[in-house]
Amino acid sequence: MIRRTCVVGAGSIGSLYAAHLARVAESCVLTRREDHAFALNEHGLRVTGRHDFLARVLAAARAGDLPEPDLVIVATKATGLESAAAALAGRFPTATVMTVQNGLGAEEIVRSHGSWPLVSGVTFMSGTKHSDAHVEYILDTETWIGPYGDTPFECVEEIAALLVAAGLQAEALPDLRPAQWSKLIFNATVNSVAALTGLPHDRHFAAEDGESDLGRLVHALVDEGKRVAAAAGVELYDDPWEMNVLATKRGSAHYPSMLEDVEARRPTEVDLITGALVREADKHQIPAPLHTAMYRLVKAKEASYT
Amino acid sequence: MRVCVVGCGAVGSLFAANLAGLDDVEVWAYDLAHEHVEAINEHGLRLSGAGEVLGRLRATSDPAELPSCDFGIVATKAMHTESAIRATAGAFRDGCVATVQNGVGNEDVIAAHVERVIRGTTFPAGKLVAPGHVQWDVKGDTTLGPFEPRPAPFEEVERLADACTRAGMPTYAVHDARGPQWRKVIFNAATNPVGALTGLTHGRVCERPDLRQLVTGLVDEGKAAAAAQGIELDADPEELIDHAAKPEVAYDHKSSMLQDVEARRRTEVDYLNGGIVRFGREHGVPTPLNAAIWSLVKGLEESWAI
Repeated sequence: MIRRTCVVGAGSIGSLYAAHLARVAESCVLTRREDHAFALNEHGLRVTGRHDFLARVLAAARAGDLPEPDLVIVATKATGLESAAAALAGRFPTATVMTVQNGLGAEEIVRSHGSWPLVSGVTFMSGTKHSDAHVEYILDTETWIGPYGDTPFECVEEIAALLVAAGLQAEALPDLRPAQWSKLIFNATVNSVAALTGLPHDRHFAAEDGESDLGRLVHALVDEGKRVAAAAGVELYDDPWEMNVLATKRGSAHYPSMLEDVEARRPTEVDLITGALVREADKHQIPAPLHTAMYRLVKAKEASYT
Repeated sequence: MRVCVVGCGAVGSLFAANLAGLDDVEVWAYDLAHEHVEAINEHGLRLSGAGEVLGRLRATSDPAELPSCDFGIVATKAMHTESAIRATAGAFRDGCVATVQNGVGNEDVIAAHVERVIRGTTFPAGKLVAPGHVQWDVKGDTTLGPFEPRPAPFEEVERLADACTRAGMPTYAVHDARGPQWRKVIFNAATNPVGALTGLTHGRVCERPDLRQLVTGLVDEGKAAAAAQGIELDADPEELIDHAAKPEVAYDHKSSMLQDVEARRRTEVDYLNGGIVRFGREHGVPTPLNAAIWSLVKGLEESWAI
């Protein structure tokens, strides 16, 4: 029975989880900054957009200041995962820990800091943080979760049911890898192309008529990613090319986080996304020259900040 | 003899101002920048830096003012070749037209409008610092040769090369000028867009081992496309790349394409990576990395319209 939850990292995704969970559980938030925790305790957490409510949460910047949770959702960006997981080391021994980072490898990073039962997640929902205590719920799409290692499936089903009761879209899958890999290939392709071209995820990503049209590169990157998935023995849940085409047909173009990161000259999540795909390709001895090129270019763009 | 430089930007100005110093050559310049044209007509065309020159010549933006010329030297950016040669072709009905532009394919565009065409490649570089004033950054050689589908007579190629050399622009007349042209195209296509996409100077591109490998991947595709056409490169583009990366040569140089991107001007990528892709396709050589880079830079250009 999950009575108390703790979301680690209150960016837009973490804030959406924490606020909604407050409707069905005691919702705690572990923040990086003291003033962020103070703002949440002082004002609560306001959700607008798809849903509209004010949630009461208990926030702190130190894990030791929070009561023992039954479920921890680590919702930092991939770039903040290592330090967030290190902050949990030695704490919350009875909790189950769920990751929702983009890419691959988040579970291993958390595992290296403790022996909690782990649950893998991928989420397609999106939001915009307007302040430390206000998040706008933009896309009310699903979170898919599955067991990692020997975590029992019933545990995953309980978390999915809790998220659904909290008003979010969620589904428990016995094997998350097909969904995780579909999103990995989608993100590795769309995020890196957006970061290098400055284009939001718009119609250019599906255009293939002209010889230099961007959709041709997107398609080639997706095909290369699918060959890596096949070599890794993963059958994809959704076709990443179809996910791409569908996403470009939504009304307003999405700004992938990697594009926001390079525009703000911040480190990107490329190591856990494109980097993870390239490492899988190496491991299974499948050539991935295009994703390798994209990885090198994004890393070089990060180097150009200084 | 009478020579008209078509497109009197930095490179065109180097030819125009130097040739104007010869007693036996009458120089005209055709350019659309009115301030530049007026400054040249009033004060002459000044070069400073690698050489101090003040050339007296006639400049115009009106093709109807051009007299019949023995030679044209086309030095526009590659994407302006078509409009420039269409406007001025009348002046070259009895003459020969040389291109000293970047990229491949300019010769074909020129040959659609004039009878006798000269393929050329030039290494000197500079930049326009004020109307009528060009800074001459680097000296270098020029190679000219007949463009086989619509060739200029070799004696005419030699006559133009001789005039350029006497004017202080060392120029070689050769029967097959494709070697130097492809060496430069491969160099530019492998380095300029990598700088443009990442924001790094030439030296910083070359000192990142993984990025330097991407550059080599692009070079190898270009070499294969050249070899399939029976072109023998006059030197290895890799040597040129490493030479330019030295601190005393061009470590801090921002590629012209990076300068274009920073100023949000259209780039010459269609004639560099795009040229390698097109020639590769015609000769059955796969060029996936050049195609990827081509699409990324085109996507970047598209992002400015949003």
